[in-house]
Amino acid sequence: MTEVVATNQTILVVGGGISGMTAALEAAETGAQVVLVEKRPYLGGRVSQLYKYFPKLCHPTCGLEINQRRAKMNPNLTIVTGAEVSKLEGEAGNYTATVKLSPTYVNDNCTACGECAKAVEAEFDDEYNYGLSKRKGAYLPHVMAHPMKYVLDPAIIGTDDAQKAKDACKYDAIDLDDKEKEIQFPVGAVVWATGWKPYDAAKIQPYGYDRFANVVTNVEFERMADPKGPTGGKILRPSDGKEAKNVAFIQCAGSRDRNHLYHCSRICCMASLKQTHYVVDAYGDDAQVSIYYIDIRAIDRFEDFYAEVRAMDNVKFIKSKVASITRGENDNPCLNGVDTEGYHRYATEHDLVVLATGMEPSVSVDSFPVDVEINREGFIEPAEKNGGVFAAGCASDALDVNRAVQSATGAALKAIQVVNRVARAEG
Amino acid sequence: MSEQAEKKYAAYICTGCGIGDRLDAGELEQTASRDGRMNVVKQHEMLCSQDGVQMIRNDIDKEGVNHAVIVGCSRRAKVEAFAFNDIAMTRCNIREGVIWARPDTEEAKETTQEMANDYIRMSCAEIKQMNKPSPSGQQGRNPNVLVVGGGITGMTAAIEAAEAGYSVHLVEKSSALGGHVARLHKRVPFKAAPVGTPNSPDANLPMPEDTGIGDIIAAVEGNDNIKVYLNSTVTKTSGAPGRFSVDISTESGDTITENIGSIVQATGFKLYDPENLPEFNYAGSPDIITNLELEELANAAGDGPIKRPSDGKEVTSVLFVQDVGQNSSDEGRLPYDSGIGDLVSIKQALYFKHHNGDGCDATICYDNLRTPGAPGEDFYRSGQRNGVIFTKSEVKEVVPGDSITVKMHDKILDEDAEVKVDLVVLDLGMVPNSGPDPYAANEALEGMSDEDRAEELEAQEAHAADETSVKVESILNLDYRQGTDLPHLKHGFTDSHFICFPYETRRTGIYAAGPVRRPMDMKQAMDDATGAAMKAIQEIENAAQGRAAHPRVGDLSYPTFRKEGCTQCKRCTVECPFGAIDEDEERYPQYNEARCRRCGTCMGACPVRVISFENYSVNTVGAQIKECDIPEEWDEKPRILVLACENDAYPALDQAAISGEEISPWARVIPVRCLGSTSLSWVTDALNNGFDGIIMMGCKRGDDYQCHFVRGSTMAAERMAKVGDTLETLNLEPERVVVHEVAITDIERAPALIKEMEETIEKVGLSPFKF
Repeated sequence: MTEVVATNQTILVVGGGISGMTAALEAAETGAQVVLVEKRPYLGGRVSQLYKYFPKLCHPTCGLEINQRRAKMNPNLTIVTGAEVSKLEGEAGNYTATVKLSPTYVNDNCTACGECAKAVEAEFDDEYNYGLSKRKGAYLPHVMAHPMKYVLDPAIIGTDDAQKAKDACKYDAIDLDDKEKEIQFPVGAVVWATGWKPYDAAKIQPYGYDRFANVVTNVEFERMADPKGPTGGKILRPSDGKEAKNVAFIQCAGSRDRNHLYHCSRICCMASLKQTHYVVDAYGDDAQVSIYYIDIRAIDRFEDFYAEVRAMDNVKFIKSKVASITRGENDNPCLNGVDTEGYHRYATEHDLVVLATGMEPSVSVDSFPVDVEINREGFIEPAEKNGGVFAAGCASDALDVNRAVQSATGAALKAIQVVNRVARAEG
Repeated sequence: MSEQAEKKYAAYICTGCGIGDRLDAGELEQTASRDGRMNVVKQHEMLCSQDGVQMIRNDIDKEGVNHAVIVGCSRRAKVEAFAFNDIAMTRCNIREGVIWARPDTEEAKETTQEMANDYIRMSCAEIKQMNKPSPSGQQGRNPNVLVVGGGITGMTAAIEAAEAGYSVHLVEKSSALGGHVARLHKRVPFKAAPVGTPNSPDANLPMPEDTGIGDIIAAVEGNDNIKVYLNSTVTKTSGAPGRFSVDISTESGDTITENIGSIVQATGFKLYDPENLPEFNYAGSPDIITNLELEELANAAGDGPIKRPSDGKEVTSVLFVQDVGQNSSDEGRLPYDSGIGDLVSIKQALYFKHHNGDGCDATICYDNLRTPGAPGEDFYRSGQRNGVIFTKSEVKEVVPGDSITVKMHDKILDEDAEVKVDLVVLDLGMVPNSGPDPYAANEALEGMSDEDRAEELEAQEAHAADETSVKVESILNLDYRQGTDLPHLKHGFTDSHFICFPYETRRTGIYAAGPVRRPMDMKQAMDDATGAAMKAIQEIENAAQGRAAHPRVGDLSYPTFRKEGCTQCKRCTVECPFGAIDEDEERYPQYNEARCRRCGTCMGACPVRVISFENYSVNTVGAQIKECDIPEEWDEKPRILVLACENDAYPALDQAAISGEEISPWARVIPVRCLGSTSLSWVTDALNNGFDGIIMMGCKRGDDYQCHFVRGSTMAAERMAKVGDTLETLNLEPERVVVHEVAITDIERAPALIKEMEETIEKVGLSPFKF
């Protein structure tokens, strides 16, 4: 693995999604020494699993390519993947970070030639596709993964597949004896960019996500729309593989709700409007989209995007918090509730229902390795007591990509201020 | 270059990853030495290994190799291993570009080997035209940041830059610091409910809080690294990042000239003029007020109740009309919303609950309530808990009178309603205080015929000369060939077009922050200011070392031109997407490398080919086109030249190969920095050399453009529209040259487009220009 050389003028960035990458790159390109620690085997985080961004309908991998190129070229930046910060002790300008390194079984010799994947047989749920497809036990997480290295699923260690993978490798890149390690190094400041995870849709009992095949979440829908995804970009019903032309979106599924997430995740309205484009692009005039909402939050300049979707003849907006989903004919989910504009009851069947679930902080309130101020929803608030730890992106609030990058850029400066102070003090 | 040692060329051929199995490495070596005329040619079975890298390093250090071709994987792979920054280097892609893109069959063997041989010839030709880039030394390190605007955004940017050890000049037009926030009674709370807040209706939820503006002003005034200029404006900005010269016209009437490294523009917003909204009758009653005027009423109330302006009566009912004049497609209204108006109205409604008691009715009439995030939603909950009434309705008319009548359509009850209240507050939108858009005039001209264009230009001139026409004052007074201020993105905001890169304006080293960039509240403006300050200090460090800013971060190459050949046609100065090129007194182009983003659009624009970079020029690509081996006509092996944008199309082809897609064996792909850098001469040369088809792959154009150099792909498309003349002269079919928009996700489509050209060639026949 990459050796970590650090001092109390080093900035530690925790999390390698769009926010962490941004903070790390902005700081490193200004001359700071940066160590970026990422839990997954690759950078890019959640945005690397999105098909398109709103409002431009452009591709997240386009910006990812630039950021990864920046990362590859920058000698000030050390990237450690498969790693988690387990402890952070000390104070601003003088921390000791303890980082747990999961065994990777694949070293930097890997050329991504792919021979190991050809050799192994067992298949596992592909987490990159939220389990909607399978991958091998030796795999490239996705086609743009950085570091561009194959990954061995820990589940194959000790099986024949592990040995097959090792035997197939011509570059001595596989080390089956790799063990979990812990390393410690000094850092001056920390950017905390651990991001978000989708709220567990199964907890919204009346919507039956765990009971109905044709009820999916918005993050799964992103994978379904992606030509590189599990359905080859076709929008199909999981129950029978038929085309899903009549699609409903349920906004605030588990959000703005005292039984689930109190907060509004800011992005879900725009995400559903974007996903409406996917359906309409796929099926044209045959597409039927219904958006069940409380408030459509097309914030500031995004109004244009909302207006464009509103003008589509085959898109309906229903102001309603859907009460329940029941099984209709042919495994159609049937949505039940009251349209509050005029107070009409409905029980409407759709081919497919997309739950616009919200963002929950990745790190739960109790498992922060460092004492920082956290709000009721688990997001980090700026506070004196946080010392030299600065939250960036969705660790600080539910943000869209643009605002997450804005936040991360600011967090990079806050960290630079700390290490520059250390540098001045140490002359 | 003259001072440098003799050029020594080397090619290093990796035989790993199946290259050695699939290709005849001896033949590759021979091609590099015989055709490529490399001084040193070596093979290695795993070039990216420590041993392989050390082999190259030794040759550089001990054998004087200063120009190297790394033959193996794509330039996107193993970048860290092959970071030989002290020499001129290029990567020859025969892994993703050749063996992974071709089937492993006996039948394909010959064409696959030819492909690899060709790429080696091309890279060897390229490296001979390249030099190691080194910075111009045009600017030194200048640690001064200019902040324009002394509101909350500007002050925050100043403090944050100063805290990092930089000096700040803060210029404020008015007589005091503080901007809008200084006029507020309270601010919307910054934080959500703390951890542990119970799920109960009487839990403590966030309430309006002090703005803290006094402390911030004191922090600015007390900071030795911040120099404040009140009643001052920027009257001239010239130079480039790292060496801006800025004239500040001060209170006393003097002009001070400061040397500045980078600039943050934080000029904020003004409220939309309510007089433009007759249905709300702002002028009809002193009790119909703006959201900002309410802040003043609340301030005036002291500890007592808020009174209405007309007669000083204590307000017992107040109604907030949300989004007035916003989200409207009507002429003269705002097509966007401020995004913060609902939080502001909740805050103001709570003023009444606090000052005038629970008995005072406070109603917010909204359509879509926008209270995002954790703090937003908790504050909405706080409003509900404290008795604020929220009505989903459309307010049709506000009628003045002793009490004000509000006529609305209640959307929940689906019926018209009328209420009478003491006071009506209009939630007005934010209009950015940006300077004149340098490209506004051009946009009006787009797509016009020559005749209409001439007419429009005349009309614009007449309008400019008309003294009664309202002129937007310049803020930065940039002494740039391409206008005085930051270009607008949309609706007057100077925002970046890039979701992933919110600070990328089209003027290097000048960063917009706060509501001039996009509508935002106080908290976001402070975050934004910190981000902009980050970019400002980064640009100071980049400029000091001659490094490019985003997206070719760290690039040390910069364009120069051969004066003898220049015809002063001005195309480079006009087409540069970043306004980096001025004209000197003799009307020659004047490059400002710290303003330059290294896209090469100027190079593509130059009809006499006098513009070049050390490591990227008309010749680096031209030589590759010429050295490509063109088979005789009877071989029936067509050649297709693909010029691919290095950020999107080239990675798409790479990923196609990684994913097992086949790429035509006839294709020869050359990455370009931007399609905007494409010289027409490449097309002419390729056709003359016997290429049968040419495909240019660039990023999406138009409103939702994805070109990271903004106009590059548009310029390329415009230029290539004229390629028809060349084809006609050569008596060639027009379909031999095509321009495609290709996204990085076009993994299947990009190879399919090459296949399409293959079919076209089958149809129209091979080029007659094969010698």
